[in-house]
Amino acid sequence: MVSSTTDATAAIAVNRFGLGKRASETLPSDPRNWLLEQIGQYNPQSPAFTSLQSTRDIASSYAADREKLQAVDGDEKIALRKELNKAARLLYRSEIEARGLTALQTPTPFAEALVHFWSNHFAVSADNPAMLSLAGVFEREAIRPHIMGRFTDLLFAVEQHPAMLIYLDQVRSAGPDSPLATRAQRRNAGKLPGINENLAREIMELHTVGVGSGYSQKDVTEFAYALTGWSAGRMGGKADASQAGVFQYRPGLHQPGDRLIRHRVYGATGEDQAGAVLKDLASDPATARHIATKLCRHFMADVPPQAAVKRVAKAFLVSGGDLPAVYKALVQSPEAWSAEPAKMKTPWEWLTSAMRGLDYQDLGKANFSNLLNQLGQPVWLPRSPAGYDDITASWLAPDALVRRVEVAQRLAARSDRSLKPGELASNLLSGSLTGTTAMEISRAETAQTGIALLLVSPDFQRR
Amino acid sequence: MTNRRDFLRLAAIGAGSMLVAPRIVFANVATDRRFVFIIQRGAADGLNIVVPYADPAYAQLRGKLAIDAADAIKLDGTFALHPSLTNMGSLYTSQQALFVHAVASPYRERSHFDGQNVLETGGLSPYQIKDGWLNRLVTLLPKSADKAIAFAPTIPAALRGSAEVTSYAPSNLPEAPDDLLLRVAQLYDKDQQFHPVWSAAMEARGFFKDLETRQNPATAGKTAAEALVRADGPRIAMIETSGWDTHSGQDNRLANQLKALDSMIAALRDGLGDIWAQTTVLVATEFGRTAAANGTGGTDHGTATTALVLGGAVKGGRILTDWPGLSPNALYENRDLKPTMDLDALITAIAAETFGLDTEHTMKTLFPGRPIDRSLHGLIIT
Repeated sequence: MVSSTTDATAAIAVNRFGLGKRASETLPSDPRNWLLEQIGQYNPQSPAFTSLQSTRDIASSYAADREKLQAVDGDEKIALRKELNKAARLLYRSEIEARGLTALQTPTPFAEALVHFWSNHFAVSADNPAMLSLAGVFEREAIRPHIMGRFTDLLFAVEQHPAMLIYLDQVRSAGPDSPLATRAQRRNAGKLPGINENLAREIMELHTVGVGSGYSQKDVTEFAYALTGWSAGRMGGKADASQAGVFQYRPGLHQPGDRLIRHRVYGATGEDQAGAVLKDLASDPATARHIATKLCRHFMADVPPQAAVKRVAKAFLVSGGDLPAVYKALVQSPEAWSAEPAKMKTPWEWLTSAMRGLDYQDLGKANFSNLLNQLGQPVWLPRSPAGYDDITASWLAPDALVRRVEVAQRLAARSDRSLKPGELASNLLSGSLTGTTAMEISRAETAQTGIALLLVSPDFQRR
Repeated sequence: MTNRRDFLRLAAIGAGSMLVAPRIVFANVATDRRFVFIIQRGAADGLNIVVPYADPAYAQLRGKLAIDAADAIKLDGTFALHPSLTNMGSLYTSQQALFVHAVASPYRERSHFDGQNVLETGGLSPYQIKDGWLNRLVTLLPKSADKAIAFAPTIPAALRGSAEVTSYAPSNLPEAPDDLLLRVAQLYDKDQQFHPVWSAAMEARGFFKDLETRQNPATAGKTAAEALVRADGPRIAMIETSGWDTHSGQDNRLANQLKALDSMIAALRDGLGDIWAQTTVLVATEFGRTAAANGTGGTDHGTATTALVLGGAVKGGRILTDWPGLSPNALYENRDLKPTMDLDALITAIAAETFGLDTEHTMKTLFPGRPIDRSLHGLIIT
C-alpha cells in the first residue's frame, strides 16, 4: 500500500507530464523513474501508423494527381479538384485519428506528450491541400524519430522536410544573383525568380534563438540567401513523381558568395552554407534558453520559474543539445512537482485525457477530429508558424468553456453506465481532487451528469 | 444615465486626476455609439488594398502583382481600391469610409507575433503591457451597457484586461441542458479563474439562441450586428480575421481575403440598420508588406500599411495620408512603405471622437507614453 503523498506525486507524473491517467492503469510506484525510463522505452512507430503512407508516397501521389488535374479542363477539372481536395481532407483526418489512437494506447505517454510539444514548436498549418496531405507525415517522419536524440538532428529533419519547406515558402526562393535569376534577367523574363525570407525568419524567431535574441533584419536576409537552393522535389505541374517531396539542393537557385550572419562569416559552400548556420543556431545559448523556457512553460507554469529555466538551459548547453539530458533536468526540477496544478489543459490535452480517463480503447464513435475543431484546436491547424499558445489566457475563455461542457456531456452520455463518478474522480485525480468537486459530483442526479461534471471540473481541466 | 456604481467609479477617477482632467465625466458620452475592431492577423498588404496607382514606382515594384487601375475602384487622382472591395467602395462614395495610408504601430521589427502583441496591447515594445487597449477603452466608458465581446472562442490580447469581457463563436455541438449548466455554475463558484469566465459565458449565451451557426465571414458580420444592435447589448466588439500573410500566390489569396472582409462589413452595415449611423469600425493589421514583390508571387514582411475606418459615424469619403512615395530613397530601410502616421494616435483619435472622450486621457490610457497627433481630428461625427 502506497502512502497518499506518493499517490499525489504519481498522479502529477501521470497527469502533468503524461497524457492523463487511464481509469484502468495503476499509478507508478517510482514516478520520476517512470518518466525517465520512457526515454529508453519510446518507440517512434505506433501500431496506429501501419496503414499510413511515407512522405515520399504521399508526395508522389499528390504530384501525380496534380498532373492529372492539369490535363483536364472545364467541368471535369472542377469535379476532379473537388475529389482531390476531399481525398486530401480524408488523408488529413486519418493522420489525426492515428495520432489520437496513439495518445490513447501509448505505453510511453510522457514521450508522446513530448512529441506533441515539439510538433507545436515546429508548427506547420494544414491550410491548403498540399499541407493537409503533409502535416501528419511531417510529425511522424521529421519529429517522432528525433525527439530522443540531439536537437541539431531534429532541427535538420524538420527544416529539410517538404512540409516545412513548402509551408514557409522556401522551395522556390532564389538568390537575386543565382544562375536561375541571372538567366531570367538575360531573357528579359516577365516574372523574375527571387528571394523569400519566410523560412529564414521563422527558424531564427521561432525554431532556434528566438525573437529578441539580438539578430537583425540583415541577418534574416543573409540567412535567407544562404538557404536558397534548399528545396524539395516539385509536387505539382510537370513534376517528376519519383522525386516529389524529397529534399533537394538546387544549385541553380543558390545565391553565390560568403554570408555574414550574426557576426560570423559563412563561406560559399553551397548546400552546406545554410547547414553551417543551422548548426551554429542549434547550439547557441539563446536557443538553449528559448527551448528551456518553452519546455518549462509547458510542464510547469505559464510564467516559468527562472531557476528551472536556467537549469534546463544549462543541461541543453552542457550536453550539446542532447534532448534526453534536457528532459532529465526538467523531470528532476522540483518546480515541476508543485502540488498545485498551474497549467490549464489545451483542448487537445483535455479531450485525450478525458478519453483516457473514461478508458477508451480506441476512438470509438467519437468524431475525434471534428470535436477538436469545435473545441477550438484543430490538429496541425494553428494558422501560424508560431503554433498554438501554451498559456491559460488563450484557452480559458467563456465560449471555449461552454464547448468543453457540451463535449463532456456527449462523452458522458456514451460512457459505461456502471461507472461510479465519485470513484472515477478519486481514481483519476488522486491527491488533487478538491472537496467542492467531490461534493458537486456526488450531488449529481445521474451518473452521466456526475461524469460530465468531473470532466469539466477545474481539477480535471488543470494539470 | 449615471447610476450609483458609475458615480462611485467617476468619483474615484476624479479623485486621482483632479488637476489634470477633473471633467472626464461621462455626461457627454454617447453611450449609444458602437466601436468594432477588426484585426487582420498576418500583415495585410496595404499597397494592394488602397492602391497608389499614380505613384510611378508602384507598377514597377509590384510587377505582375500590381493592381491595374482600370480594374480597381478609383478613389481619387492617386489612390484606387482593390476590385474585391465593392461594398467599401460604395461606403466611400456615401462618405462612410475613411482610408488611412502609410500608417504603422510603434513596432519596427517584422515578427507577426510581436507585431500583433504591440498592436493589441498598445505597448511600445512586445509584452511590455499585459492587457489590451480595447479592454482599457472599455474602462473609460460608463458601465450601463453590456460587456465588450470578442467574436472568437477565446479572448484575443486586445480585449484582455480588468474590464469584464465575453466571447462568442458559433459551434455545431449539441447544447448542454440547463440542469448541467446550473450544476457547472455551482462547481465553478469557488474557483477564482473559472467562475468569472463561466458567468460571462452564460450572459453571452442569452443573446445568440436563435442564430444560424454557419461559420463564414458574412455570418460573422451578421452575428456581431445581432449583438451590437441590441439596446442592452455590448458597445465594443472585436472580430479576428487571419490569412493575410501572403508570401506566395498573393493575387488570388488577397482577392479572396478582401472579398470576405468586404462581405463581413456589408453584413455588419445591413444587420445594424439604423445603428450603423452610430458605428465606427476600425480594420487594422500588425504591419504591412514589402514594397516590391518577392520571387514567389507574393510579398514579405514590411512596415507601414493601411487602416480602414468605416461606419455611419465616420466623416468619410477621404484618404488620410501624408504619402511618403515609393521611390527607392523614400522607402523605409530600402524595402518598405515608410510610416508617416502613428496607428496608436489614429486609434486614439477615432476612439475618443466616437465616445466623446478627452483625447489626452484616452491616449494615456490606451497607449501610455505615446504622443498625440493633433492633426488627427474631425474624423468621426461627434
